[in-house]
Amino acid sequence: MELTKQEQAMLDGKEGYAVRKSMEILTALGDIFGAKNLIKVGSVQVAGVSYHNLGDAGLEFLNELAVDGRVKVLTTLNPAGMDLENWQQLGISPEFAEKQNLVIDAFKRMGILISCTCTPYLIGNLPLYGEHVAWSESSAVTFANSVLGAKTNREGGPSALAAAFVGKTPCYGLHLDENRVPEVHVQVNAELTKLSDWGALGYAIGRKAENKISYITGIKSAELDELKSFCASVVTYGAKPLFYMKGVTPGADQQPQLKEKVIIEQSDIKNAYDNINDDVSEIELVCVGCPHCSIKEISEIAELVQGKKVADGTEFWVATSRTAKQLADKRGYTQTIEAAGGKFACDTCMAVAPLKGRFKSLATTSAKGCFYSRQNLMKTKMGSMKECVEAAVTGKWNN
Amino acid sequence: MEQLKGRIIYKGKATGEALVTEMPISFYGGVDPNTGIVLEKGHQLNGQSIKGRILVFPQGKGSTVGSYTLYRMKKNGSAPAGMINKECETIVAVGAIISEIPTIDKVDVCKIRTGDRISIENDTVTIA
Repeated sequence: MELTKQEQAMLDGKEGYAVRKSMEILTALGDIFGAKNLIKVGSVQVAGVSYHNLGDAGLEFLNELAVDGRVKVLTTLNPAGMDLENWQQLGISPEFAEKQNLVIDAFKRMGILISCTCTPYLIGNLPLYGEHVAWSESSAVTFANSVLGAKTNREGGPSALAAAFVGKTPCYGLHLDENRVPEVHVQVNAELTKLSDWGALGYAIGRKAENKISYITGIKSAELDELKSFCASVVTYGAKPLFYMKGVTPGADQQPQLKEKVIIEQSDIKNAYDNINDDVSEIELVCVGCPHCSIKEISEIAELVQGKKVADGTEFWVATSRTAKQLADKRGYTQTIEAAGGKFACDTCMAVAPLKGRFKSLATTSAKGCFYSRQNLMKTKMGSMKECVEAAVTGKWNN
Repeated sequence: MEQLKGRIIYKGKATGEALVTEMPISFYGGVDPNTGIVLEKGHQLNGQSIKGRILVFPQGKGSTVGSYTLYRMKKNGSAPAGMINKECETIVAVGAIISEIPTIDKVDVCKIRTGDRISIENDTVTIA
């Protein structure tokens, strides 16, 4: 890879340890994937925040970088392992909280915004069409590439941090137009009637178009929250973090002629539910907000729980960003949801909180949430916001 | 004595006994960071320790958190002494760099057998 004089100086350690280490990561990745040069990025989203995943070694790594590492571009943060303010109410141990706070302190010293959300595009980190960014968090990467038309590879935590300290990323993969061409035509003949159907669609397409870029037709209309859910699911279940959706996403006006074609029927959606859902009726945790709930979703939840009460023995969590929660506070949604016994889980979610062994079963709107909760040994049910609120109120899943 | 050339992922010198698998490795969830023992069910190396070995495998797989797992192993003293890949990918490359584990790829790994005494020095593998 060709480096400018300034980049070479960074690699030689002229800007300190964190920048040198970052340049080592970026040039190695560039060489592996055949990048010719580094390109400037407009923003960075950093994953690898939960102490549950990092452990003491990860914390030590971040502390070493935080000594002289300062971000050069707008950099936002993925969810942590707990609500940074309200962790006690969510049953997080003080030992975990102490470690998690040390992780957060390291990120603060680097100059990163402690946004702790997987939806950076909803809280002020909104890339433009065609803009190069370096994001981790697969659902946000897919949203940025597909819905916004920005350009990013699927970074890991360290490579995203490296891009933030240098302000650049190696130009390969999805940064190059020749690698952003659709590979398979996905024709959707199914009717999507509720939010979780979009997660089911993501499952079906992810499995059928594994590791491919799809060009999707047959979608009549889509809303922000539906696309947010679809992005999380399609990449979790196997697709590349980029798709085109005719009539919905940018760059999809001209339908390309593709040899490979996949058809999604109503039966594929049903099949997705059958695979994601386990045989369980008692629900111990209802968690919505994977990806994090938008303010619109919070308003829907408030309307659904108004005047109701969460069942004894069941917890109802609304995972969202602190930014969305602050809007909900002002509008009174928070009060309504908390009066019904619901809890806000800001800054965190069911995929990264230390939940193993705490709950045996989960109901959620999210296909991705089900995938990660199985790793936490929970049995899962996926359904609409209404079905999830019913499960919270009755403690049971109605098939 | 035979020498094989490869591409440097992370420079350095390492010597040890080769542990070879034809299967990709997921470090996050697939290897115990405290002991270096492979945990993945159905994996050729299941139950074996990669600690202190020159680990020879095609490439990494799974979650990008795997890079941090390698770093944890290095700090715990359970990391491999060196790694040789057929075709290195992001997770292992980043893990090798942040953990400073000598690693190379694009090596004709078929020439290496488990138990061989081998050393890595920058872009060269030497089989004793």
